[in-house]
Amino acid sequence: MRKVYSDIDNIDQITGNVVRLKACNVGYEDLAMIESGRGTSLAQVIKLDGEQVYLQIFAGTKGVSTGDRVRFFGHSMKVSFSENLLGRIFRGNGVPRDGRAPLEENMIEIGTPSVNPALRVMPSHMIRTGIPMIDLFNSLVESQKLPIFSVPGEPYNSLLARIGLQAEADVIVFGGMGLKYDDYLFFRNTFEKGGVLHRSILFVHTAADPVVECLLVPDMALAVAETFAVQQNKRVLVLLTDMTAFSDALKEIAIIMEQIPSNRGYPGDLYSQLAKRYEKAVDFEGRGSVTVLSVTTMPGDDVTHPVPDNTGYITEGQFYLRRGWIEPFGSLSRLKQLVNGKTRDDHRAIMTACIQLYAKCKESREKQAMGFVMSNWDKKLLGYGRRFEQEMMDLKVNIPLEEALNRCWQILAEFFNPQEVGITERLIEKYWPKKYGKD
Amino acid sequence: MANSVGKIVAIYGNMVTAEVNDVVTQNAVAYCCKRRDGVKLKAEIIRLRGKRVDMQVFESTRGLVIGDTVEITPDLLSVKLGPGLLAQIYDGLQNPLPKLAQSCGFFLQAGVYEEPLDMAKKWEFTPLCKPGDSVCAAYHLGWVPEGIFQHKILVPPYVVGTWKIKEIVGTGQYCIDEKIATLVNAQGQEIFVSMTFSWPVKLPMPGYAERLLPEQPLITQQRIIDSMFPVCQGGTYCIPGPFGAGKTVMQQITSRYALIDIVIIAACGERAGEVVETLREFPELEDPKTGKKLMERTIIICNTSSMPVAARESSVYTAVTLAEYYRLMGLNVLLLADSTSRWAQALREMSGRLEEIPGEEAFPAYLESVIANFYERAALVKLYNGSLGSITIGGTVSPAGGNFEEPVTQATLKVVGAFHGLSRARSDARRFPSIDPLESWSKYQGAVLPDQIQIAQNVLRRGHEIAQMMTVVGEEGTGIQDFIMYLKMEFFDRVYLQQNAFHEVDRACSLERQNHVLSLMLEILEHEFSIKTKDEARQFFFQLQSLGLNWNESPWQSASFQEIESKIRKLLL
Ligand SMILES: Nc1ncnc2c1ncn2[C@@H]1O[C@H](COP(=O)(O)OP(=O)(O)OP(=O)(O)O)[C@@H](O)[C@H]1O
Ligand SMILES: [Mg+2]
Repeated sequence: MRKVYSDIDNIDQITGNVVRLKACNVGYEDLAMIESGRGTSLAQVIKLDGEQVYLQIFAGTKGVSTGDRVRFFGHSMKVSFSENLLGRIFRGNGVPRDGRAPLEENMIEIGTPSVNPALRVMPSHMIRTGIPMIDLFNSLVESQKLPIFSVPGEPYNSLLARIGLQAEADVIVFGGMGLKYDDYLFFRNTFEKGGVLHRSILFVHTAADPVVECLLVPDMALAVAETFAVQQNKRVLVLLTDMTAFSDALKEIAIIMEQIPSNRGYPGDLYSQLAKRYEKAVDFEGRGSVTVLSVTTMPGDDVTHPVPDNTGYITEGQFYLRRGWIEPFGSLSRLKQLVNGKTRDDHRAIMTACIQLYAKCKESREKQAMGFVMSNWDKKLLGYGRRFEQEMMDLKVNIPLEEALNRCWQILAEFFNPQEVGITERLIEKYWPKKYGKD
Repeated sequence: MANSVGKIVAIYGNMVTAEVNDVVTQNAVAYCCKRRDGVKLKAEIIRLRGKRVDMQVFESTRGLVIGDTVEITPDLLSVKLGPGLLAQIYDGLQNPLPKLAQSCGFFLQAGVYEEPLDMAKKWEFTPLCKPGDSVCAAYHLGWVPEGIFQHKILVPPYVVGTWKIKEIVGTGQYCIDEKIATLVNAQGQEIFVSMTFSWPVKLPMPGYAERLLPEQPLITQQRIIDSMFPVCQGGTYCIPGPFGAGKTVMQQITSRYALIDIVIIAACGERAGEVVETLREFPELEDPKTGKKLMERTIIICNTSSMPVAARESSVYTAVTLAEYYRLMGLNVLLLADSTSRWAQALREMSGRLEEIPGEEAFPAYLESVIANFYERAALVKLYNGSLGSITIGGTVSPAGGNFEEPVTQATLKVVGAFHGLSRARSDARRFPSIDPLESWSKYQGAVLPDQIQIAQNVLRRGHEIAQMMTVVGEEGTGIQDFIMYLKMEFFDRVYLQQNAFHEVDRACSLERQNHVLSLMLEILEHEFSIKTKDEARQFFFQLQSLGLNWNESPWQSASFQEIESKIRKLLL
């Protein structure tokens, strides 16, 4: 490998996580290594101006001195790719976190160009998760990109872990950004206990780690995922949490680089930066696929905050996690119609009917709260709503799609007459539970 | 003019600065030559200061090194025009994506550029004039069949003054760069014309005699647009809306069912997956106007969100230049851009790198004029021979936080002729298309009589006021006449304004059918009902609505259509 060394003593500026130094023959986005009294850190070139090189130091600049030496690798950031990745845990910079040997074989570039749109295919395979609010009401589709919008206190990480465990995927690539250490341990233990660790790869940045490493996590995770899909025909599920932490890291660097912020301090290219990552979700014709499920925490439960807002413009729908369950309203899988016509013939009808009745139940609840008298119809709706929440919406419920459909018919039949649910005669004939009769 | 050469002195994101001693033209194309691997990255010059030349690079600048060579061409960023553009799928710089797929595989590759048109294909040329004829810019020298059109071979629009045809080839098969004609002017100067020429995308294409006021409605077959907020051929409109409100579905449905000659889709910084739907389905679907395959009238410019940002900026110009070319043949072109906000963001990114003084939300101060100039390229024009051609531009806008008080929406509203504002409340309630009937407007005269529209508007406005009031005083506190007015509004909204984009009959509603249905709708809206109780009223309108929905789903003038109509009429007796 051709290595270029800078002279000692030529760092002349250190601001935030960025140092400036003089060096020649350095490529844009090249990787570098800085050796300081505190040890070594990788770094990346983020701006070149004449002889001045701006380096973003992955480990942060604490303890970096103007006398430190920088070594340039002559290429951009890479990650090792092989089957040996499976079951391993790394930091954002690719250094093992699991105490095992580092991997250096078959290094591949990260953050590479996107797929040619002309070669994409229409997504067509449903990914079953065992969660009725997903499988039945907002089906997840292979190669979809879908975030969980969540208020910080919600159990979004356990939901994400569960989907990881239960989704039909060959390989799981997990990218943790700004995770509390406990959350990292939680994911690791859950994957281990759930028996999926051997087919998982974890890139984890914790809240205690240098912020720049956070920026690398999605690119590392997605580069590995993409290569598994294209070279080994694997169906890869990428889990990214929390993309708001990633965006905040982008914001920090942008401010250090004196970029003019566009909206609440976030850089003007936030949309493009997020899209570059999310658009890695692709179904490769005749090969494997990459599906991206992420978490976007919404500061102040505000969906117009720049991070959820830009995300919503990029992803193919969203799951709203509120009060411990996936809200039926606001949640949307934009690709569901591509798959839910091919599951069971009552899937779409049940999906529509149950949600419409639940919406009406909410109206009745509002009336009740305002002190209006409840009619018989209202009472039916209230009973239905409670049951629906317990047996469908509760995140503890863990059943296959078919069983969820059957259960919906049961709940409907318990509270309503067939005429009241707005489902066509043909399906009523076929599925309405016999013991409840038809009137 | 030969290429100038310079050396790179600064790199920051997709902006590269070079020092050049030679002559340099603003907006010229340059190539940054990576010494590491020999790849040449296309770029456009966007600022000149002394010897320093700032360029936006249309690729990732990864691996460029200070001191790398820059080759600067004398040519402005241009597109290649000629037969064979239709049914193509290009990126923002007119690289044919299917051809790139053949040469590069799954992933796009920096620095690989392909010929936009097939140079080897022979086209059957038929001349339309003979030696001795006088011609001018954009004169139709002849034509070749391109799919369903007579593709006119033009005297290039950059030709100035009057020329005489010295020679012109006869009927026969020619490649696009073969000589078709020799023109000579009064000074004895000669020029050669082939079937292809290039045009700089950022310069509006002249070559027409005059601009005219758009008067002919563009029929989209969407009731709420054609009846309430019409668009005219040669006009402009915008569709702002928060995410998930239905902008893309609206454009997709328009690109399918609009009665127009040519549709150019500029997928500008949005999801690649959505373009794929178009790519896969258009070759199978029928053009409502000619019955041929939709793809034959369509060009797709596809620079989706993860493709290079600078090329996103040029993609809308590429699209409008192709539109201008077909307009000069006397065709009507519809340009759909999704989303113009992503284009504006590309401008913002570059402006930031140039360290220009920012305006609101960090958008450049010239945002308004750039948007205005783009929409101004839409127009109805009269050609030298009296025939007409038009470009209609419809752009979506994706305002941050769904708030229309932001710079891109505001700048767009100043220049467009119609505003189709999508509302979150309507899309949440699944009232599609979610065009807000109270906020939206159009300055164009549509195919429906204005008095009829006025009646409908009044009912909508009054009905909404009553709905507002009812949230305070409840149903109990509302009089029966007001309540009926409210139900009329809901009925008209549900049955006429809403339209199911996914139902095979309802998704396209011909103008004839719209006129027919609307007149019955207005009868209902103006009808004095003598219903006594609210329950009765609700029941009645519920019945009417269910008939109306079934009516929408019955094929025009089918037996069921007529049957339902008579049932509705009976209810009014
Ligand atoms: N006319 C319609 N009929 C039925 N459903 C619709 C209609 N328009 C939109 N939808 C629903 O809304 C979803 C989002 O629509 P669409 O993708 O057009 O939104 P958008 O405004 O383009 O969002 P974004 O800004 O995120 O691109 C669609 O997937 C579809 O489910
Ligand atoms: Mg869209």
